[in-house]
Amino acid sequence: MKIVNKEIINDVGGVRITQLDIASGDIASKALAGQFVVLMVDDKGERIPLTLVNTDKNKGIVSLIFQEAGFTTRSLGKLNPGDTLYSLVGPLGHPTEIKKYGKIILVGGGVGIAEILPVARALKEAGNEITTILGSRNKELLILEAELKNASDEIYIMTDDGSYGRKGFTTDMLKELLSKDKYDLIYAVGPIPMMKRVALVSKEFNTKTLVSLNALMVDATGMCGCCRVSIFGQVKFSCVDGPDFDAHGVDWEELEKRNKVYGVQERHICNLSPAS
Amino acid sequence: MKKEPIKVREESAEIRVGNFEEVVKGYSEEEALLEASRCLQCKNPVCISGCPVGIDIKKFIYQITQKDYQSAYFTIREKNNFPSICGRVCPAEYQCRKACILTKKGSPFASEQAINIHFLERFVGDYGKNNKLDVPVEKEERFSKFKVAVVGSGPAGLCCAGELARKGVKVDIFESLHKTGGVLRYGIPPFRLPWNVLDFEINYLKKLGVNFISNFLVGKAKSIKELFKEGYANIFLGLGAGVPSFLGIKGENLCNIYSVNEFLTRVNLMSAYKFPEFRTPVNIGKHVLIVGGGNTAMDAARVALRLQKLKGLALNTTVIYRRTEIEMPARRLEIEHAREEGIKFEFLVQPKEFIGDEQGFVKKLICLKSKLGEPDSSGRRRPVIIEGSEFELDCDLCVIAVGLKANQILINATPELKTDKYSDVIVDSESMESSIKGVFAGGDIVGGEGTVIEAMGMAKKASRAIIGNFLKKESE
Repeated sequence: MKIVNKEIINDVGGVRITQLDIASGDIASKALAGQFVVLMVDDKGERIPLTLVNTDKNKGIVSLIFQEAGFTTRSLGKLNPGDTLYSLVGPLGHPTEIKKYGKIILVGGGVGIAEILPVARALKEAGNEITTILGSRNKELLILEAELKNASDEIYIMTDDGSYGRKGFTTDMLKELLSKDKYDLIYAVGPIPMMKRVALVSKEFNTKTLVSLNALMVDATGMCGCCRVSIFGQVKFSCVDGPDFDAHGVDWEELEKRNKVYGVQERHICNLSPAS
Repeated sequence: MKKEPIKVREESAEIRVGNFEEVVKGYSEEEALLEASRCLQCKNPVCISGCPVGIDIKKFIYQITQKDYQSAYFTIREKNNFPSICGRVCPAEYQCRKACILTKKGSPFASEQAINIHFLERFVGDYGKNNKLDVPVEKEERFSKFKVAVVGSGPAGLCCAGELARKGVKVDIFESLHKTGGVLRYGIPPFRLPWNVLDFEINYLKKLGVNFISNFLVGKAKSIKELFKEGYANIFLGLGAGVPSFLGIKGENLCNIYSVNEFLTRVNLMSAYKFPEFRTPVNIGKHVLIVGGGNTAMDAARVALRLQKLKGLALNTTVIYRRTEIEMPARRLEIEHAREEGIKFEFLVQPKEFIGDEQGFVKKLICLKSKLGEPDSSGRRRPVIIEGSEFELDCDLCVIAVGLKANQILINATPELKTDKYSDVIVDSESMESSIKGVFAGGDIVGGEGTVIEAMGMAKKASRAIIGNFLKKESE
């Protein structure tokens, strides 16, 4: 649970994305692509889930990448090498199903780009042909381009303002690719509106689509049901039944609303500044 | 001469709803002596048959009357590892007190006249705790080469670990949460079981040499097989029943509809009632409904009421239950406390559908009225819906407390572990050994939701079988 390395990946226009490498031999030796951990910064902290971006089994180190958005992620960003997390448990959730599908499109938006990286690597290793679409607001905010390039056969960058790659949404490119060619799987992680649009587009083309859902969690071991989502009308727990689900079955509106259930408290606590 | 039962001192309802301090203050020495003197010291003490672990109740009450509290403590400790905990949470009115000769025959639970065995047990337990009476350790060198992994640090795991450590066995307890105690920590609110009582028992185990490993999820971070490979001779599973049941009705995923586990875990384990000092939030409403009739429903209702008070809202929390008060599985004391605190009850009511607002928050619950029909498999009369009885209740926060099922992560990761139709682990009823040799189980993971003392009874059986295993290995 000791932080061994820290890297500010991006710090522009009030958006800071940070990577922490944390010593945890037990988690590193077991973690597979698509799994996550739950951590607490200190003994009064909240339990928050974060996707495992990289694991080094030999060194016993796991890496997390997060945007310093809320109180807890901002507190987490204040930690430095040598500091120790109060709590870290994992690996949690089912790993992404890695096998040879054939041709795959990966879609990553914002900090979700970090979450598709381990899946991209694993799918590539399993012999799939990987096409990756990355989306960000602008050139400066784009992360992990080189890493994903390495893990992909083809890569497309989309920016909202056109400052890099092509101007537009990831789904514009997705639509283009799907109209030209047949793909066996789409895997998408990003903000809910992006994943929702990916699901809409891929449904038109009847292409199997997986998304990793970012529901709120407490214990993340199936005991609280905070993370419940509706998949094809069935209630599932993101923590133990997911986090990957068939995008075409997700009740996006419900997830969006449930993720805002503590909006008032978040605004309140974000006015307090985390202890440095 | 008939002596009246001694009432236990309690914090007044007005004061206690404003905090999370313990409600029941317990007996003073004088009160304990008076209550103990009511015991008839029956030739055939039937109360003992009502205790799941067979505490010699007659003897410890006699020892109280002799002011020999130390002996009374050890009498209880022979059978019960956690008298301070059980004295607070045991449903005595369904157990020893119901069996007490002073309970009227045929009564569904203990009569008021029955000896307050649980309060006496608590008095003795707290005496032992306050005077640091450690149970004599019978450590045997020959057991020290054996290592046991206990999975889960709830009542069953703590008890099994303690029993084994007392004999000199090396024990590691694995707990997936950041704090130990299982349901005693995340489930039971501190106003019913203060943390210092639980911490005392956990610290005692630490003194015995038990090693606690928190933040470790067996089944994910390590498998049963790997634990054996690491040198654990036997494994005890005290996984608990932590998977919340929902009603399966329309609108149940609306915001501010909580499972009882989520609501209690946020408030108890994560101290959400102290937000923002503690960072975990919890919501509260003006019209809170709690669905269910068990202890967790009562806990949730009383927690909700306290949150309303702390927020400066009018106290408005209602329990809705589909049967009547007499069928409620909750401890009578909890029902009484809830009512004193101002919680309302709606009986013979079944939820039908939640209605939400545009932001996705719950605003109403549509209910149906029911009446009692024939008894079902539980022996309680089955609620039957009355056609056309639909009505609405205002509801901006709801807690669903309709039962908990076996925790699944380790079970799913271990296909060789045989389970029944409820996904509970199947064990030999004497040794508590599962379908995997050397893997034992006890508590709610066996036979579903039960009590702390039942969990302890199973853990004790398992610890005896584990010691038996080691003796056998010794003689081989």
